[in-house]
Amino acid sequence: MARNNDMRWFPGFSVTTLLCLFLLYAPLIIVAVYSFNDSKSITNWGGFSLRWYADVFWGVEAPRFRAAAINSFIIAISAAITSTIIATMAATAMLRAGRFRGKTFSFALINLPLMVPEIVTAVASLIFFSAIGFTTGILTILIAHIVFCIPFAYLPIAARMQGIDDLYEQAAMDLYATRLQTFRLILLPLMAPGIISGFLLAFIISLDDFIITNFVKGAGIETLPTAIFGSVKQGIKPNIMAISTLLLAVSVVFVTLSWLVGRIGQKQQQTATNGGE
Amino acid sequence: MGNTRESMKEVAVDIVNLTKCYGDFTALSDVSLDIRDNEFFTLLGPSGCGKTTLLRTVAGFENVTEGAILLYGEDIANLPPNKRPVNTVFQQYALFPHMDVMQNVLFGLLRLGQDAASARARVGEVLEMVQLGGFAHRLPGQLSGGQQQRVALARALAPNPKVLLLDEPLSALDLKLRQAVRLELQQLQRDTGITFIFVTHDQEEALTMSDRIAVIAEGRVQQVGTARDIYEAPINKFVADFIGETNLIMVQVLGLADGNATCLLPGGGKCTCPAAQGAIAGEGHISVRPERVGFAEPDAGVMSGQVARLVYLGTDMHVDVTLVDGETITVRTQNSTGSYIPPVGENVGLTFEQGAARLLVD
Amino acid sequence: MVAGIENNNSSNTSTYAGLGSLLILPTWLVIGFFLVLPVLMMLVYSFLTKEFRGGVIWEFSLAAYDQFFFDRGLFGDEPPKIEWTYIIIFWRSIWLAAVATFLCLLVGFPTAWFIATRSGPNKSLWLFLITIPYWVNLLIRTISMKFLIRDTGPLNEWLLAAGVIPEPIHMINTNFAVQLGLFYSYLPFMVLPIYAAVERYNFAYSEAAADLYAGRWATLRKIILPIVKPGIIAGCILVFVPSLGAFLAPDLLGGAKNFMIGSLIEEQFKGNAGNWPFGAAAAMILLSMVLIVLTFYARQQMKQGKR
Repeated sequence: MARNNDMRWFPGFSVTTLLCLFLLYAPLIIVAVYSFNDSKSITNWGGFSLRWYADVFWGVEAPRFRAAAINSFIIAISAAITSTIIATMAATAMLRAGRFRGKTFSFALINLPLMVPEIVTAVASLIFFSAIGFTTGILTILIAHIVFCIPFAYLPIAARMQGIDDLYEQAAMDLYATRLQTFRLILLPLMAPGIISGFLLAFIISLDDFIITNFVKGAGIETLPTAIFGSVKQGIKPNIMAISTLLLAVSVVFVTLSWLVGRIGQKQQQTATNGGE
Repeated sequence: MGNTRESMKEVAVDIVNLTKCYGDFTALSDVSLDIRDNEFFTLLGPSGCGKTTLLRTVAGFENVTEGAILLYGEDIANLPPNKRPVNTVFQQYALFPHMDVMQNVLFGLLRLGQDAASARARVGEVLEMVQLGGFAHRLPGQLSGGQQQRVALARALAPNPKVLLLDEPLSALDLKLRQAVRLELQQLQRDTGITFIFVTHDQEEALTMSDRIAVIAEGRVQQVGTARDIYEAPINKFVADFIGETNLIMVQVLGLADGNATCLLPGGGKCTCPAAQGAIAGEGHISVRPERVGFAEPDAGVMSGQVARLVYLGTDMHVDVTLVDGETITVRTQNSTGSYIPPVGENVGLTFEQGAARLLVD
Repeated sequence: MVAGIENNNSSNTSTYAGLGSLLILPTWLVIGFFLVLPVLMMLVYSFLTKEFRGGVIWEFSLAAYDQFFFDRGLFGDEPPKIEWTYIIIFWRSIWLAAVATFLCLLVGFPTAWFIATRSGPNKSLWLFLITIPYWVNLLIRTISMKFLIRDTGPLNEWLLAAGVIPEPIHMINTNFAVQLGLFYSYLPFMVLPIYAAVERYNFAYSEAAADLYAGRWATLRKIILPIVKPGIIAGCILVFVPSLGAFLAPDLLGGAKNFMIGSLIEEQFKGNAGNWPFGAAAAMILLSMVLIVLTFYARQQMKQGKR
């Protein structure tokens, strides 16, 4: 085949892509592999073992990690639910409510958490909570997480809503549905893939956050990232690699789920649009 | 306008001085129409003329800037779409993709508070009506375009609306299917006795299906009448030109009397023809359909010219004749052995059949 | 479906007209109260007097900004000289972020292009592979990098074992490590927006250019790059802005000597320095720099929109 006649092809681009993927994955894969290393000196391979995973669950640091994991999941689930609800309402306002006062400003506001550098948000939150005398703890972490999860939940929800022709809602209204019924029976089910994607991404973002959490967490309260960071300060021990690998797996599972849900949504949309042709 | 015949029937939809603006843009300007009970009424016009906007104001999707919409005497202009007893068949059908055919057709009935059992019975009835009895549990994505169109129709008919609005429902179908569905739609309208308001840009669709047609351009109603009225007695240049083919000839109107005009044609010939209501003396245009122009000896007709071009159309032949002033008149003759077709370069005279020419409002 | 898209764009879609303000209210409350207000308070704090070991005294003071820009000697009574310490930290951060952005672009553009030109399910899979690192915990990714390049890490061990190097290369706690860390952290942020732009690019333009005697690289320079420029700019901002305020890469890979803005700020609140007004001032200066970049971007966008 005369591949060189294809104007999409550029020499070296495929190699660069492979290099890019290699760079992105190599450190992660190496850590994952070494987390199964049965050796105290963590660089020398001493055979396959699950001892460091056992250490994570039953070792000296286990109670600390367990408490941190519970905090992390409680915060991530609560932040994801809350921000998904807020983002769904916001998307409905931005895309389905015509014009209203402050619409342009609202758009900027939704995206603001993405634009302010994390360290600045962290500092500002710490100052705010201490100024109003709010005791730092799990609630402050949750509030801070809800704020920066909103834009992440908003993106897939709004993208999905934009893809849904408002004709369906008009048809429902034409068939005597009230606005609430239209929302519940038409828009919500059609938006479901976007809402699920938004929820999953918000969950991951909350679970992963380190900098802001580190600033607003109270004394003695840890989430998984801050606990891991605390341990790493004393050097990378094998149990850190095991717990990192576990978190990595959680991220991969969630992103995969989000991706699959998105694909189902896309297919639905395609059949709805091109159906019967 | 076209309302010369007195109607015995009640007015179903009365649109009174309706104006619709989007900011500076006027989509509809002072539109008045009365659509009668049990009528197949068509809004015909080029794209962007405001016909769909007009339909959507009746459905309730667009707010009215000024004017009123009366449905059997009741003003509905300020009601939301879910409070109006009218239903719409959308151009792209808008079948809810996450619901099967049954759920789609049930939707309106359940919103109206009908109990499930009788609603289901009604759905069965309507699906039979559109010949989709066996498709109740298919999803819209699993249906062909023609079937989706029928489901959309069934869904809109199920609540037994007072008026059914159809927004170019055939435009997404291919040509053959479109022609078949036309007849079915017309039959359905007769059978159900529901008033249909049908929007299209396709003049053939409009002429073959409608009881009456409103021709719309630039947000205004140009003419309302039966298919024959509109084709044979167009009121202005737009209608004459938009519906079918025509020759528009610039003339001097010498006199107007009893609805007839005496016109001075290019080249000095004269003709007397019916004048559209509102036509005035002075400079004007007459419309003559190509199939109603005939040939004569040079100088024997009302006009004369030279044959410039022959266009073969299968059953017919177009003969383009250049007049002395440079204008071109098209003559349409049948391609049969009996008809005379002059060769290119021949000098010919042209005659108009009785009543063929018509003076228009400019 | 054209009608629907048009409706969405012209914001004519108004099934819930009149409810807009009500539906947006939670967003306003949450972000307004817990982000906008805190940032304003941070601004106020940067003009207050520091309390020893954290916190503030409610007295107006320019001390924080003064400390940032001027050196008045050990006892604060000498004539002010320019204080270079913090300016150098900021300058190094800008430089590291800029180089990271350039490197990400160098690798990211070909990758985005390559993925966007795949067909069918392949494309989806490639895209998925790029997306995963984007969502993986940044802390874990940085730790992995640290593990890999340590003096006794796998990279050095393998190179030694293979006989490529006689002794371990010292990479950790160097500027190089920070640079590598930033590049590695934000590479996916470059690929995705460029991918989105290339995906919308109509390849008929390339064919038209080729038809008009443009070579491959001329087409890239004259046609493709100008058209996908918005995506490239978006990608650069998504890499540059977080790199500028990065904390994890300099902290874990750079050690004590290779400070960036993020570490400087963190030290004022969590570390030993305990100077809140100074930390707030540094954060304000960082935020201002980011806002300048974003304003530049917004103006670019508007120019694009006008075209």
